[in-house]
Amino acid sequence: MTITSVASGTSGLSDVTSDDASLRRFLHGLPGVDQVGAEGRAAALATRSIKTTAKAWAIDAAIGMVDLTTLEGSDTPGKVRSLCAKAVRPDPSDPSTPSVAAVCVYPDLVATAVQALQGSKVQIASVATAFPSGRASLQTKLADVRDAVLAGASEIDMVIDRGAFLAGRYLRVFDEITAVKQACGAAHLKVILETGELVTLDSVRRASWLALLAGGDFIKTSTGKISPAATPPVALIMLQAVRDFAARTGEVRGVKLAGGIRTTKEAVRYLVMVNEVAGPRWLSPHSFRFGASTLLNDLLQQRHKLTTGAYDGADYVSID
Amino acid sequence: MPSKAKVSAGKAAAKAAPVDSPARLAVRKTYKLYIGGAFPRSESGRSYPVTDAHGNLLAHAAQASRKDLRDAVSAARKAFAGWSGATAYNRGQVLYRVAEMLEGRREQFVAEVIAAEAGTAADAAAQVDAAIDRWVWYAGWTDKYAQIVGGANPVAGPYFNFSSPEPSGVVGIIAPQESSLLGFVSVVAPAIAMGNTVVVIASSQRPLPAVSLAEALATSDLPGGVVNLLTGSAAELAPWLASHRDVNCLDLTGIDPADRVPLAVAAADTVKRVFAPAPIDLAAEPGMGRLGAFVETKTVWHPTGV
Repeated sequence: MTITSVASGTSGLSDVTSDDASLRRFLHGLPGVDQVGAEGRAAALATRSIKTTAKAWAIDAAIGMVDLTTLEGSDTPGKVRSLCAKAVRPDPSDPSTPSVAAVCVYPDLVATAVQALQGSKVQIASVATAFPSGRASLQTKLADVRDAVLAGASEIDMVIDRGAFLAGRYLRVFDEITAVKQACGAAHLKVILETGELVTLDSVRRASWLALLAGGDFIKTSTGKISPAATPPVALIMLQAVRDFAARTGEVRGVKLAGGIRTTKEAVRYLVMVNEVAGPRWLSPHSFRFGASTLLNDLLQQRHKLTTGAYDGADYVSID
Repeated sequence: MPSKAKVSAGKAAAKAAPVDSPARLAVRKTYKLYIGGAFPRSESGRSYPVTDAHGNLLAHAAQASRKDLRDAVSAARKAFAGWSGATAYNRGQVLYRVAEMLEGRREQFVAEVIAAEAGTAADAAAQVDAAIDRWVWYAGWTDKYAQIVGGANPVAGPYFNFSSPEPSGVVGIIAPQESSLLGFVSVVAPAIAMGNTVVVIASSQRPLPAVSLAEALATSDLPGGVVNLLTGSAAELAPWLASHRDVNCLDLTGIDPADRVPLAVAAADTVKRVFAPAPIDLAAEPGMGRLGAFVETKTVWHPTGV
């Protein structure tokens, strides 16, 4: 899953990243997005009815795809430890509840999370590269990444330089992502596009391809600090991008939706979209994630509703 | 509603003799639910016919589903912090304002009670008056009840010890089935006077005056979500209310004593406070019993000076 494998493949993508002009030609040559059509398709997929056993499966699958996140200036080691405990065993009253996929914290709290998650299969993700704005020198960003990886993060969530992207300096963004990917070493790289700042769905499609070409293992919608964050049309375009990328290169890359997904209903709708747009192959924590904090509580409450048959209340889940 | 044929006949008549205006088409009211300060139809799309005592159709009322109940409980929970945090004096003012709104719609309520219960005009007027007076009566109790049941407790230690009644939370109520307005007021007013928020299932056969009352609540200063009204089958909805884990108390006034046990059992799973009184005597002075049904006594030990 490296750049060379793309460049040397028979996919026809070998030349597009050789210089700024050909990269621009490729990205601007991508088919334009019919915004009304994309919104209509996303809305149509949201009308599927998922009930009973399918709902139970979807809830457990969604719990297993959650990156349980805390990214506040006020985060304390204690808060990270309690978050890790919740990640391993989301519902202490029901051991059949699956663990979440990962916890996501700032780099300086990775060591705390590593300690708290010892012996569990929960991954440790860390945001880096001057999250959330990304406004720092490349050296600073790379140092940020190395710190997190050294502390034990197995997944790095980077932000792209939206300023450079919007100014059309695609190669600069590309080079930055490849440099970060190199700094990650064995750690997985998730590339945050911050779609709320990219304005159009055409930009989202270009940014998705750019991140995939540069070697991002995941493309992620948002930092969660900007509104709008993850929206159905944006998710649709990004899922199409990973599907088309897989079709051309044979490599399965992932999508992470972050920000603004708070209810089980929304999460299940996105799972339907993953299945219908990308394919059942993507319905796994290896290729699809939810970045969330409050979503997990709603998933647990809906799980309670299915197991007890009674509507649940906020008193039965933790206050994060 | 006049039939289509009648309407076109009216139009034809109007053409022939433009001087006469056609018979006016009455604007009929849609009786809907009241959840979170809004008047939605049932999410299920269901409605059911409501008839008067002689079997004539009065209107179609929304038939709430368990999902409407779920939404109503969420709305009540959301409103609880604000309403229970309001001062008792302020709650009293708001309840009095509700009585003012009812007074202004007195004629409408009299007509609706006559239609629902088939009594005489005098009986209906007396019931409406009693309902309005009962709002005022409970409005007065909001800032006085704590003085009656709360107080300083004598303790053997260097502590000041005092108890005060606190609202319990979200109260699920099944309103009396017979009395359409006074019965409804008699169960809802005391619960909200003490700072609780309620989800109330109106009388299944006679729900219309309660829906009109909700319109008065929406135009008074009562925050949305403090009272949430569901119409439909109490037998269908009550088990969901009893088992709902986010409901703190259950008032079974409108459930036949023979049918109360399964609901109490369902409520026991989450240790709800269940209030299952003897049939309510609406003519009698209400007394303080219902005020005390949905409060918890909070006792505080406070160290006294050295």
